[in-house]
Amino acid sequence: MSQENLPRLDIVDMHGHAIATGSSAIAVLNGRPLQPNRGTSLNLDWIESVRMNTSAVERRAASISTRRTVKKDWQIAWLLRAISCMDLTTLSGDDTEERVRRLCSKARQPIQHEIVQKLGIADLNIQVGAVCVYHLFVETARRALEGTRINVAAVSTGFPAGLSPFEDRVSEIRRSVAAGAQEIDVVITRAHVFGAHWQKLYDEIVAFKDACGPAHLKVILGTGDLSTLRNIAKASLVAMMAGADFIKTSTGKETVNATLPVGLVMTRMIREFAQETGIAVGFKPAGGIKTAKQSIEWLSLMKEELGNSWLEPHLFRFGASSMLGDIERQLEFHATGRYSAEYRHPIA
Amino acid sequence: MSVLEKYKMMEYGPAPEDPKETLLWLDTHKRKFGHFIGGKWQAPSEEKYCATSDPATGEKIADVAQGSSADINAAVKAARVALPAWQGLTGDQRARFLYAIARGIQKHSRRLAVLETIDNGKPIRESRDIDIPLVARHFYHHAGWAQLLDQEFSGYTACGVVGQIIPWNFPLLMLAWKIAPALATANTVVLKPAEFTPLTALAFAEICSEIGLPAGVVNIVTGDGSTGEALVKHPDVDKIAFTGSTEVGRAIRRATAQSHKKLSLELGGKSPFIIFEDADLDSAVEGLVDGIWFNQGQVCCAGSRLLMQESIAEKLTRKVQDRMSTLRVGSPLDKAIDIGAIVARVQLERIDSLVKQGIAEGATCWQPEIALPSRGFYYKPTFLSNVHPTSIVAQQEIFGPVLAAMTFRTPKEAVELANNTAYGLAASVWSESINVSLHVASQLKAGVVWVNCTNMFDASCGFGGYRESGYGREGGREGLLEYLEPAWFKSASALVAPAFSPATVPEVANLSIDRTVKLYIGGKQVRPDSGYSVEVRGANGQLLGESPLGNRKDIRNAVEAARKADSWAKTTAHNRAQVLYYIAENLSQRSDEISQRLAASVGAEQAGKEVSTSIDRLFSYAAWTDKFDGAAHNPPFRNIAIAMNEPLGAVGLLCPPEYPLLGFFSLALPLIAAGNAVVAVPSEKYPLITGDLYQVFETSDLPGGVANIVPGRASELLKTLAEHDDLDAIWCYGDETLCATAKALSVGNLKQVWTNEGRAIDFFDTKQGEGRWYLQHAYQVKNIWVPYGE
Repeated sequence: MSQENLPRLDIVDMHGHAIATGSSAIAVLNGRPLQPNRGTSLNLDWIESVRMNTSAVERRAASISTRRTVKKDWQIAWLLRAISCMDLTTLSGDDTEERVRRLCSKARQPIQHEIVQKLGIADLNIQVGAVCVYHLFVETARRALEGTRINVAAVSTGFPAGLSPFEDRVSEIRRSVAAGAQEIDVVITRAHVFGAHWQKLYDEIVAFKDACGPAHLKVILGTGDLSTLRNIAKASLVAMMAGADFIKTSTGKETVNATLPVGLVMTRMIREFAQETGIAVGFKPAGGIKTAKQSIEWLSLMKEELGNSWLEPHLFRFGASSMLGDIERQLEFHATGRYSAEYRHPIA
Repeated sequence: MSVLEKYKMMEYGPAPEDPKETLLWLDTHKRKFGHFIGGKWQAPSEEKYCATSDPATGEKIADVAQGSSADINAAVKAARVALPAWQGLTGDQRARFLYAIARGIQKHSRRLAVLETIDNGKPIRESRDIDIPLVARHFYHHAGWAQLLDQEFSGYTACGVVGQIIPWNFPLLMLAWKIAPALATANTVVLKPAEFTPLTALAFAEICSEIGLPAGVVNIVTGDGSTGEALVKHPDVDKIAFTGSTEVGRAIRRATAQSHKKLSLELGGKSPFIIFEDADLDSAVEGLVDGIWFNQGQVCCAGSRLLMQESIAEKLTRKVQDRMSTLRVGSPLDKAIDIGAIVARVQLERIDSLVKQGIAEGATCWQPEIALPSRGFYYKPTFLSNVHPTSIVAQQEIFGPVLAAMTFRTPKEAVELANNTAYGLAASVWSESINVSLHVASQLKAGVVWVNCTNMFDASCGFGGYRESGYGREGGREGLLEYLEPAWFKSASALVAPAFSPATVPEVANLSIDRTVKLYIGGKQVRPDSGYSVEVRGANGQLLGESPLGNRKDIRNAVEAARKADSWAKTTAHNRAQVLYYIAENLSQRSDEISQRLAASVGAEQAGKEVSTSIDRLFSYAAWTDKFDGAAHNPPFRNIAIAMNEPLGAVGLLCPPEYPLLGFFSLALPLIAAGNAVVAVPSEKYPLITGDLYQVFETSDLPGGVANIVPGRASELLKTLAEHDDLDAIWCYGDETLCATAKALSVGNLKQVWTNEGRAIDFFDTKQGEGRWYLQHAYQVKNIWVPYGE
């Protein structure tokens, strides 16, 4: 596509108002300041022009971890950054209020005091980005996190399948926001993607965004279900046009969750969206990220493809819980020089 | 800097590979290496050593022997002595040695990777993840070929002692590409590594020693160009395999012309990287990173000419430049570095000078604002736009991290621009349309075409070039053939003029009307430019007629006609077969008169046999035409690697003098069956056969220009053919002198040369006179890599 042939983008929000640029930038990409997402109109030509070559994407994704690595103090810094970008999550049928309170306690103090002292990072006051729970526990979490800068995120819209009646899904969002959730993780109707019903998908997400009000909208694409990278790319684009603050890979309940090729495709779409509209959208890989090494790979991916703005919790989150334990062990090793054991760290 | 500051910066920081173990290994050799000859380390005969240094620091790593011709003598002798016992082993036994080498490579993989990186300057990521694993894979794969040699190459025999000269850009990998197939086919080897990068070859020698490879099977002699020259010129070497610059390739072709040394050359390139508007652009940009910013761009098949469809040029340029800004240039031992050091100062200066010339010619130079280390030889990744086919940076191989960008409008123009080069090594095509990709891939003049990928290599797939990028293939079945010869051919006797008994020659028929034989060019009978004819006399001296005397202008016209006949290659194989059958039919109808006339020259018995065998041969190649298939290889990636047999193009042909009819058909038919067009100089002994041939062709639907026949003096016409830059190959059958001339004069465009090495071939013997051996030389293999996945 030449500049002339590029799908024309009216940079307007979902209500048709032109988006102001210049003030309140939340990110910088290649020197250009970017604004938060208030949505754009649906551009079907742009969606149709999406190309993704699976083999080439896989090769690039595989090279992220072999081309980049961080060692010693730099690795500590990156692991701490990974913690600050975590959505510490519990989404199980057996969740209870007490379980959620335990999780929140870990969110407030993800690293043992002793290790914090040894590493000399007390001033950073490292905490996770958010705690992510079902609607039922939003209030519990909000109370448990009072006085911190940790957000409460609620999964919503009939999570994980997203197949409950539309009105129920929208009102679920409203209830969670009313209960104090600052972030809402919604799931899309995957059928809209399979049928290429982009207008329906767009309208659905616009309604979710509307219901969120001031809360941040994180749109889960269900990448494991969508299966092809082209589907994932197109769904990413529609979600961003509809106003997503974050696009998120998966629910954690699919058979395949966050993989680097999927992450690469979504970050490329975020970059293209930013380049064409001047809007910054965040990214959240979720599910299957369990090790400290993986956290570094994902951070490298963000840095390489999008730049340092996407190493901040307002634009990047890990949907993970067990990853924290592995990071703690690595940090203790750095602090003491001895390899650590799992039981030495308080569980979430 | 505190962790807090690092937390705020979120940079990568240094991640050095610790070279300690490798340095210890160098110390155990006292940082001084002799040659590896006859299984032993031997001091250079002249006691001369040269330093090899680390291009990242300029510091000396070790002293390495400077090989003299005495050292080469000793090594060739050791290889010759080792040859009978090595060939006496079974394929299975040789396979075990190759397997042990592969294991040895893996056991010492990090030592080899670090050595490669400090000696060459390439990033440790590449030596660790790409070079060394490919080396091991090459030996494993060829252990398999050693095992299967007798079954799969029955009737073939090894060349013997092989001299191998390799470049500095992939030191150990190029060694593997050379040594693995040579050993698998029961040759013994003298290898000279590049002057700048000898260390991994020496570490390899130690592995050979450790695994108990018989002494003398692999010999490593280090040194500079003079050492290589001594190896090339050594009379007891049976084959030379060379990878390096086109310039040196030419010199080697010239130097070996007078010998029977078999030759394979893998030379330079200026490979196109073509991006269509329907490509996955972000992936194509990553392809460029792997294409031109791999190994600092010091890759013979680097995608150095970017061809972008006009409609996406602006967007793509922005994407490429954004990506270039995140490339990290620095210490090759750092694990998070994309671009390491240029191998030597002279190379750095060459890159810089070419870029400056490009800018002086009007190119716009863009480089990212990234830091370079303060010492060592580094060059920023460079993007040159406003480049045209006339620009020096679009024509010459820069061998550095420099991309020259141009645009095209249509697929047709993309092909035209891509092929607008003297080289033909590789190409990369990016499009999400399988139609566009394969349509373009099939038209590119390149030995390897990567669709939606680049720089993919595997032992199972042949690699090598068209045009001035060299000839011969490395890897796969075709790579093995470079180290083999038909056993009968190796022991064939020297060509001598056949004797005829006058008693067998019948009276010439009394021709009532004068018969004027002409030249046959572009499907037309034409008079010779010279205006001269020469007498043709029979075996007992009688005048048989007069034959036109073709000259260089006739050859020029014939080559033009052959070049225009390129639609023959696109005709379906089925249709080509039909034409050959039809020629057989028409030859058969005229067999009596043709053999009667031919008998006056070669005797009745041979004449009859030539005609009947020619008809058989026509049937045989008609049969082959749609059966000499390519292959679908199995490299360890999810993709289809298609090996396509493609015709060479236009081929010059010096026909066997002693078989006026059968000799012409035996050589012309495999070429024509394969889709080539030929310019043939018929038997000088009986050039009148031309008149019979074109009458048969004219009645057989053979398109004009596919077979051109120019009678004349073989030695004179050979010169024009061999020197002609628009011929892709020359097949020369004749005595030693003629064959040597063909080789020596072919260096202009480095056309492929295939000769009978002055030996006699019995064309009546089907085993010698036809079949796969001929077809293999009539085609070149193009490997098209098509990764897939959804």
